[in-house]
Amino acid sequence: MSNKLIDLQNITKAFDGQVVLDDMNLYIRENEFLTLLGPSGCGKTTTLRIIGGFESPDKGRVIFDGEDITKMPPNKRQLNTVFQKYALFTHMTIAENIAFGLKIKGKSKSYIDDKIKYALKLVNLDGYGSRMPDSLSGGQQQRIAIARAIVNEPKVLLLDEPLGALDLKLRQDMQYELIRLKNELGITFIYVTHDQEEALTMSDTIVVMNQGYIQQIGTPESIYNEPENAFVADFIGDSNIIDSIMVRDELVSIFGHNFACVDKGFGENKPVDVVIRPEDVELVKPEEGTIEGVVTHIIFKGVHYEMEVTACGYEWLVHSTSCFPVGTKVGIKVDPFNIQIMNKPESEDEEAVGVEE
Amino acid sequence: MKSNRIRLLAGPYLAWAIAFIIIPLVMVFYYGLTDKNGMFTFDNVLAIARPEHIKSLWIALLLALISTIICILLAYPLAMILVNMKGNSDKFIVLIFILPMWMNFLLRTMAWQTLLENDGVINSILKFMHLPTLTLINTPYAIIFGMIYNFLPFMVLPLYNVLKKIDPNVINAARDLGANSVQTFLHITLPLSVPGIISGITMVFVPSLTTFVVSDLLGGSKILLIGNVIEQEFTSNSNWHLGSGLSIVLMIFIVISMIVTAIFDKDGEGNAL
Amino acid sequence: MKTVLKRIYVGLIFLFLYAPMFTLIVFSFNQSKSRARWGGFTFKWYIKLFSNEEVLAAFTNTMMLALLSALIATVIGTIAALAINKMKKADKSIIMGVTNIPMLNAEIVTGISLMLLFLYFKVRFGFMTILLSHITFNIPYVILSVMPRIKQLNSSTYEAALDLGANPLYAFYKVVLPDIMPGIISGFLMAFTMSLDDFIITHFTKGPGVDTLSTKIYAQVKKGVNPEMYALSTIIFISVLILLILINLLPQKMGKKKTEK
Repeated sequence: MSNKLIDLQNITKAFDGQVVLDDMNLYIRENEFLTLLGPSGCGKTTTLRIIGGFESPDKGRVIFDGEDITKMPPNKRQLNTVFQKYALFTHMTIAENIAFGLKIKGKSKSYIDDKIKYALKLVNLDGYGSRMPDSLSGGQQQRIAIARAIVNEPKVLLLDEPLGALDLKLRQDMQYELIRLKNELGITFIYVTHDQEEALTMSDTIVVMNQGYIQQIGTPESIYNEPENAFVADFIGDSNIIDSIMVRDELVSIFGHNFACVDKGFGENKPVDVVIRPEDVELVKPEEGTIEGVVTHIIFKGVHYEMEVTACGYEWLVHSTSCFPVGTKVGIKVDPFNIQIMNKPESEDEEAVGVEE
Repeated sequence: MKSNRIRLLAGPYLAWAIAFIIIPLVMVFYYGLTDKNGMFTFDNVLAIARPEHIKSLWIALLLALISTIICILLAYPLAMILVNMKGNSDKFIVLIFILPMWMNFLLRTMAWQTLLENDGVINSILKFMHLPTLTLINTPYAIIFGMIYNFLPFMVLPLYNVLKKIDPNVINAARDLGANSVQTFLHITLPLSVPGIISGITMVFVPSLTTFVVSDLLGGSKILLIGNVIEQEFTSNSNWHLGSGLSIVLMIFIVISMIVTAIFDKDGEGNAL
Repeated sequence: MKTVLKRIYVGLIFLFLYAPMFTLIVFSFNQSKSRARWGGFTFKWYIKLFSNEEVLAAFTNTMMLALLSALIATVIGTIAALAINKMKKADKSIIMGVTNIPMLNAEIVTGISLMLLFLYFKVRFGFMTILLSHITFNIPYVILSVMPRIKQLNSSTYEAALDLGANPLYAFYKVVLPDIMPGIISGFLMAFTMSLDDFIITHFTKGPGVDTLSTKIYAQVKKGVNPEMYALSTIIFISVLILLILINLLPQKMGKKKTEK
């Protein structure tokens, strides 16, 4: 698991003078499910296309299994891609689509036939071999695209927003399907998406990207619970991001009220960003809370109530299973473990790496 | 009820189409299958077998075939290059290659006359460079030149349209699955562009096969194509029956190419307009 | 290296397409009638052209034909397209099949078939016969350019207009027509250029004494060298260029305007 299978070193890429990737460094371990997550234009697809060999970086190297493959054409690389909108060969049957890569490699007919059977079974589309791609639904076409890629036994499967064109229900089913496939095949998946829920559900590692820079790399849990900056906090799930002052280690002042926290090493009286997830905001009786506020909105969301609480001139987003009607005076309390402190962006340049959506 | 009334609006066009499309075609068959006394006969159609007619049909088929093939060979790489061109200037550049299509046909042909004649531009240049001059005008080569020049844009356009529609990721997918660029072209690009090729072929082949202008202006009176024979029967010889009979033969070839187009181009994908 | 080869290839085809026309333009300013020699710059062929009454008459005929035939074809074609759109599939494919005939058939066959029609019914060949023929081959272009617009039409906007109290004619005029206008205009312009450009069908349906520019050019070119024709082709080339740029810019602009609204 610790073996670096793919190593991107100092990758820089610009289109028409516009920098899409800027000195990017990233490695991908064997057998990892790694997701590149970010808004459109963040450089995630370009990264994938550089790994696949469809773009060549302006600067930097792509190392695959210890070998420099930066200049290698895609047909020589030991990885396969599942494309956005499937990119099936519409003039060929499903079986011919799946056989394409194997025929090019000159495999025997019986080997190819076995592989087609195996692949169709794997993606639960037994007996679809003689159909044409146009006659299949989007979800089925997606499975064929995956089957077509994996029969070549790649070491790495690249998936470029493969579920983007499917509807919500199908997308959720396919997420489980992909996890199952990944486990059965035991190969590396590199997955590109702008959907944070998809990323959180499936990945071993998430790489959050924005405007050509990697914002954070980590497990789904660490990305969600310990976002390193405001962009990540805002992009992954809902959150309250508040300008605050770090008074000293383990004490932060939010709107002039001191909150205990667990973070250290930010210095004394330093401006920071504080992230508090809506489900971590506890609503209590006014006198029991650290800050006092008034409920201004409430919507029932099924699992919980979503509320807005105005306190100290800030609209706090709160998720709670108990209902506080509009106008109720409440106290706000936050567990020290649930306060996430982040450094403020240092330069204006970094400031620009802000929230896009 | 309402859509019934709207459908009635097709009336004027329907009348027009019957009067000026259907009936005239019936006329061609009527004249082609009767003699001067109005008696039914196959003679006018069978007249194609006469040596001078079969020869003109044969030459027309041959020249049209050669021109069409050369047009494909010239237009395919061009269309591929145009499709792969990046930026927003590509629309304008495509326009440049389509533009000659809208220039008056006769003037385009006249331009080649000017270039190819014995004392024309090409020979003047050759003379200037002290090279031997060539006899170009009034040869089959001149006619082929004229056909290619006139009809090349009609090949470029449908090819461009059909190639433009191929998802670049489909090409990438083939490369990804191990195909080199030649294999990708043969297995993916070429089969997917068949509708464009077919529609380009009909748009070049039919006008080349039936032309009388190109051969008239660039072939002198020496080389008669089937189009010239028919034109002469209608204008100078006033033998409408024979002219119609030969036109029926010509139409058989056109219908064949229409059927071929219909089979390959079900969705009108390669449609040029 | 590869891109250089591509550029050279594109350049060569460009040269092949434009060199002949460029030659004509150059020679239209040549003092000498010979094509081998540059005799100095002159406008005399243009002056001669504009004082040639036959050519001027042919020009008037051509423009009248193009304008009238395009206009009539646009009216008939647009109404037909609206009606065809509402037809059952079988009727639709029959009528579209008939519509395709003049476009797929060889021009020479269309030309002689119309000639035979006029001969049979003893119609006197002249301006009228050419006009009828031009309308005939123009209508399909209009239908094919209006049809896609009608298909894109959102039928509920028309119904919404009725719902808001508009009568059908007013709703059509205010809601449907503006939506299909780009198709109508490009259909008109296409019909116009087709008529302008036509030679073969005019050749068979014109009467003695009536000429269009095309038939005039044909007669002149058959006679031999004539620099006046070079001048004419220069003028036509530039006009076609302008017209084509208009055709290609117009639908975009109209589309933009609509999204702005």
